[in-house]
Amino acid sequence: MMGTVIFRTLSPLISALTLMLAVFVTLRGHNDPGGGFIGGLIAASAFALLGLSHGVPAVRQALRFHPMSYAGFGLLLAVCAGLLPIFTGRSFFTALWTFPQVLGVEIALSTPMFFDIGVFFVVSGAMTSIALSLEQRGGGV
Amino acid sequence: MAAADVSAALITAPVPLSDWLVALPLAIPVLAGAVLVLLRQQLKQPIIVAVAALLAMLVTDIALLARVLQQGPVVMYMGAWKPPFGIVFAADVFGTSLATLATFIALLATIYSAADVTWAERRFGFYPFLMLLMAGVTGAFLTGDIFNLYVWFEVLLISSTGLLLVGSKKPQIDGALKYGLLNLLATTLFLVATAYLYGVLGTLNMADIALKVRAAPADTPLVTIAVLYLVAFGMKAAAFPLNFWLPASYHAPGAGVSALFAAILTKVGIYALIKTEVLLLGPVSAHFAPVIAAVAGATMLTGALGALAQSELRRLFGWLVINGIGSMLMGLAIGGEAGLTAGIFYALHSMVTMAALYFCGGLVEALAGTDRLTQLGGVQKRAPLLGAVLLILSLAVAGLPPFSGFWPKVLLVKAGISAGSGGLVLVLLASSLVTTIAMGRVYLFAVWRDAPDAAAQTGANGPRSPGASVLLPTLVLTVLVVAIGLYPMPVHELAARSAAGLLNADAYSHAVLGGAP
Repeated sequence: MMGTVIFRTLSPLISALTLMLAVFVTLRGHNDPGGGFIGGLIAASAFALLGLSHGVPAVRQALRFHPMSYAGFGLLLAVCAGLLPIFTGRSFFTALWTFPQVLGVEIALSTPMFFDIGVFFVVSGAMTSIALSLEQRGGGV
Repeated sequence: MAAADVSAALITAPVPLSDWLVALPLAIPVLAGAVLVLLRQQLKQPIIVAVAALLAMLVTDIALLARVLQQGPVVMYMGAWKPPFGIVFAADVFGTSLATLATFIALLATIYSAADVTWAERRFGFYPFLMLLMAGVTGAFLTGDIFNLYVWFEVLLISSTGLLLVGSKKPQIDGALKYGLLNLLATTLFLVATAYLYGVLGTLNMADIALKVRAAPADTPLVTIAVLYLVAFGMKAAAFPLNFWLPASYHAPGAGVSALFAAILTKVGIYALIKTEVLLLGPVSAHFAPVIAAVAGATMLTGALGALAQSELRRLFGWLVINGIGSMLMGLAIGGEAGLTAGIFYALHSMVTMAALYFCGGLVEALAGTDRLTQLGGVQKRAPLLGAVLLILSLAVAGLPPFSGFWPKVLLVKAGISAGSGGLVLVLLASSLVTTIAMGRVYLFAVWRDAPDAAAQTGANGPRSPGASVLLPTLVLTVLVVAIGLYPMPVHELAARSAAGLLNADAYSHAVLGGAP
């Protein structure tokens, strides 16, 4: 079932689309439904899908680093975003905003955004790690 | 789209750098844990990162404690949102003293277990779990928001279950299952109680809760909430009759980790219990003080009798932890400044002594190659220093002078008699006697007598002489036990200031809510 030509042909395409959706959902999360947690889950499902069609070793190779390392990176990013206000004399986790003009377009950068990206990495890393080790162990799902 | 003006809900005044002392003991372990997870394949010596982080935490904790002692609760409004809506971190004397001591013990336990932690345990995240555990402990001790406290309890539960399971041996899985399930039940009960409290009072900020409870109309169902908290935190603290998970799980991990658990985890439960029942719901919990007294007495007795009945070393120590929890609950049951001071003093003493006892027990087990009392023996001949340490710690646990356990028991007896709870005092003294017998039995079997043949054989196969990294933490804590026994005033001062802070809810609320509306 899992090794059919249709599935193996389509799953890279679906995974790529899913990853794009994950980024989109994460970035719109500040004022609209979405955010790092949901985005992370969507990204993890993309990797899990690829693991089913192409085997776990291929996914691990594509990720380069162990999924848990991504989770550690995300945690680091999230806490550092919370620590930034120490330099402006504000409390832990105070939101700092800046609106630079890039090529005439206003881009909203903020510490909550970096926190959310951190959450994205923690969730996607941890869930991918769990999913891949289950797929590796279980054989057929 | 015009953004709503939120500046009215924000703290706009600049935050002095010294206020960050509240946030740093929390940020440091999380950062260190993140680095440890991120670089777990690259780091050859992850223990260096862990020890450095714990040292940094200890320094900030001590600086915070000095500041709290000087000027009262130090408060930080997370994200600059004004209370009672934002999450507040409020360090008072009680929480900060416990956090400082816990970090100190964690530092020693990390050094102690350095030789024990195998490559596989490191691979499966021993040090990240340890860091996460310390983040949870610090967060629980410093937070000023009851829902946030729940979150830290969850962090604690996840990381401690992880530490129990690291290594995946059969008794570990067995212990972790009992530990995890029962504690999950307790945290769920905690969540239910908090939801109920929020429904009744409409606030989660501890300072605000303290104010609203004292102004609440008489028909507010606060007693129900207080009893729910008593059950939830009583389970966490291993109070009778919800204590059976503790001896069933604490012996499973390595000696360093069980020392850490015995010293810290139940005390977080006691801390939360005392804080909710005194600072938050003080006027209410007076209604069911007899229930707390009965629980305290039963906990003391079951702990002592359980210790007497056990024949495995670390399971036996688990029952002694429970016995100590009973004494702390007795302080809470007596109440007032004298009772609470005694209870908190007992908590501080118990953290040091139990950690030292588990360290020492680990050394004895390594020396004899067994944890069965029936097979132990000959410690006096092979390691006289270890025998002396075990004797000191046994006397300290039983509450005999001149060691740290003596003073809190004196204070408890004194407070109990002047408060007219002679029955509890009698139970305390009886349980101390039983504890003395139980520990005398351990000393007699493990240290005094010669090793039985069977044990001599196993010991001959692989007697491990303890290295400096294992011996040093044990000796440091033992010296501390003697020092507190000989010169108890600083610890008494900390306990008395903690109790005074708990009883003065108005001052606490004022310090936390401050100029906020």
